[in-house]
Amino acid sequence: MIEVDGLSKSFGTVRAVQEVSFSAPDGRITGLLGPNGAGKSTTLRLLYTVLRPDRGSARVDGIDIVHDPVAARRRIGVLPHGAGLYPNLTARENIRYHGQLCGLGGAALEARLDELIALLDLRDIENRRAKGFSQGQRTRVALARALVHDPQNLLLDEPSNGLDVLGTRALRALMRRLREAGRCVLFSSHVMQEVAALCDEIVIVAHGRVVATGTPQALRERTGAATLEDAFVAAIGIAEGLE
Amino acid sequence: MSRATLVVLAKEVKDNLRDRRTLMSAVLFGPLFGPVFFAIMVSIMLTRTAGQMDEPLELPVAGAEHAPNLVSWLEAQNVDVQPAPEDPQAAVRARRHDVVLVVSPDFAERFAGGEPAAVRIVADSADSRAARHSARARALIAAYGQQLAQLRVLARGLSPSLMSPIAIEEVDVATPAARSVLILGMMTYFILFAVLIGGMYLAADTTAGERDRGSLEPLLALPVGRRELVAGKLGATCAYMLASLAITLAAFTVSLRFVPFERLDMVANFGPAVAVRALLVMAPFVLFGASLLTVVASFTRSYKEAQTWLSLVLVVPTLPIAIASLYAFRPVAWMMLVPSLSQHLLITELIKGEPVPAALVVTSAASTVALGLGLAWLATRLYRREAILG
Repeated sequence: MIEVDGLSKSFGTVRAVQEVSFSAPDGRITGLLGPNGAGKSTTLRLLYTVLRPDRGSARVDGIDIVHDPVAARRRIGVLPHGAGLYPNLTARENIRYHGQLCGLGGAALEARLDELIALLDLRDIENRRAKGFSQGQRTRVALARALVHDPQNLLLDEPSNGLDVLGTRALRALMRRLREAGRCVLFSSHVMQEVAALCDEIVIVAHGRVVATGTPQALRERTGAATLEDAFVAAIGIAEGLE
Repeated sequence: MSRATLVVLAKEVKDNLRDRRTLMSAVLFGPLFGPVFFAIMVSIMLTRTAGQMDEPLELPVAGAEHAPNLVSWLEAQNVDVQPAPEDPQAAVRARRHDVVLVVSPDFAERFAGGEPAAVRIVADSADSRAARHSARARALIAAYGQQLAQLRVLARGLSPSLMSPIAIEEVDVATPAARSVLILGMMTYFILFAVLIGGMYLAADTTAGERDRGSLEPLLALPVGRRELVAGKLGATCAYMLASLAITLAAFTVSLRFVPFERLDMVANFGPAVAVRALLVMAPFVLFGASLLTVVASFTRSYKEAQTWLSLVLVVPTLPIAIASLYAFRPVAWMMLVPSLSQHLLITELIKGEPVPAALVVTSAASTVALGLGLAWLATRLYRREAILG
């Protein structure tokens, strides 16, 4: 459960995120939808505490991210934009490293690694060094890494970037599985179809602000649009920035 | 040390062991370059110096027929008297000869008359290589003159000792080990260089490299404090630097055995016992160097930029030593406060084989560790900045 309350962040004179508030409940997939440069990534980076908000705050399972960032991070798994692996380590070692840093170890960690490797279909590359991995392979390893400590909340920044059709399908299946397990899944995307296919809740952001929130159905009804795409365009008020 | 710190340390050590470039520079090229290069350089230098003392002096003499006694005396002093070139000054200027002796035509006449008989030594004082030869020619001729003067005094019935009102006797208190310090003092440059090279790639890889690869952001999103992460990364850098230090010291104990110090009446006092002490004296500098490299690398925007800056940092610790060698410092308390200088001076004393006061060693270690911890703290501060993500 993630509750965001009036988050603001500026870089110099650029106001990247302004007064963003929304909540991402457990057992739901919440999509942050918006054109490029709308402030989606900055919002997620504030939530996983590599950036500090200028104003406002957020709670992860009730833990304030500004007051106790380490405790908040314990509750979340993160797939950052363009997540990088260590090229000299194997897929398994990459995942194990993050597991150890989350305090796992021994037989329990190895069992968890086996589980994730099976779940993300990494068996044929688990003992290969990450140096030559394709984008899709890298993303799958990074996803396994984000899930290694079995977090209640999962933050994914443009997760389907660079994934082929099969990879995208596997990713969606995984996200649905986490939803069924009662987890909170929050992901950002600028691809309308992806959000429409997956999300229970949509948060539309433009120019650093939240311009609309709700279920796909509610959004269509509120804007009087026939499709979600029309609703999106109506909500952000501009036709540019769509892909 | 926390568990997370150990996890980071172990991962960075393993990760970089798999990187051939790091391995080559940290445990092969860096530590072995100094001992091998130094031994070869010093051997050549010593062999040349020792050889030059025995080899005959080549001395073209113009007008040799005017002073046959002088010429035969010179030949008896291991001088190879050669026919002079047409124009002695032009020949020396063109470096065809190092030194030419010109005997004036009235030499015999003035000599017989008891007046100073003139000879001219043609040399180029700007040619440092030839300076030794012209000095040797000058000394020989002065000695010949002194010998003649004594004979003349004797011929007049006086004691030749009138010619030496003061007897100079030199007592050299330097031990063969201490004499070798002139040369071995340069060793600490190579040791410092090896230590820093050992950590350079890790410092760049664990900071700027991690950011370039995009693995820094997921790392910072883990439930681990920044201080623990930085401590692990510094620890790994220190481990490589210590390995590099140990290898370079061990290599020096081997390579110096092949240097012919005895030819100049010197002894290289750098056996295993001295090497172990040097390792202990140098160890505090490892933390200082690792923190310095990490701080500099954290400021840079990319791995490439980090490498450029770090290779400049390699020079910094040699500056206090270079300045100190201009003044030929002996170790005193305040110098023990300066990292690199204090280690240089203490290792120099170890090589001399002189007892090193414990107070100086403790001051050096304490001050270097304190400054190292200060830099480590600064590195942690830099990791807390948002700008660390680039």
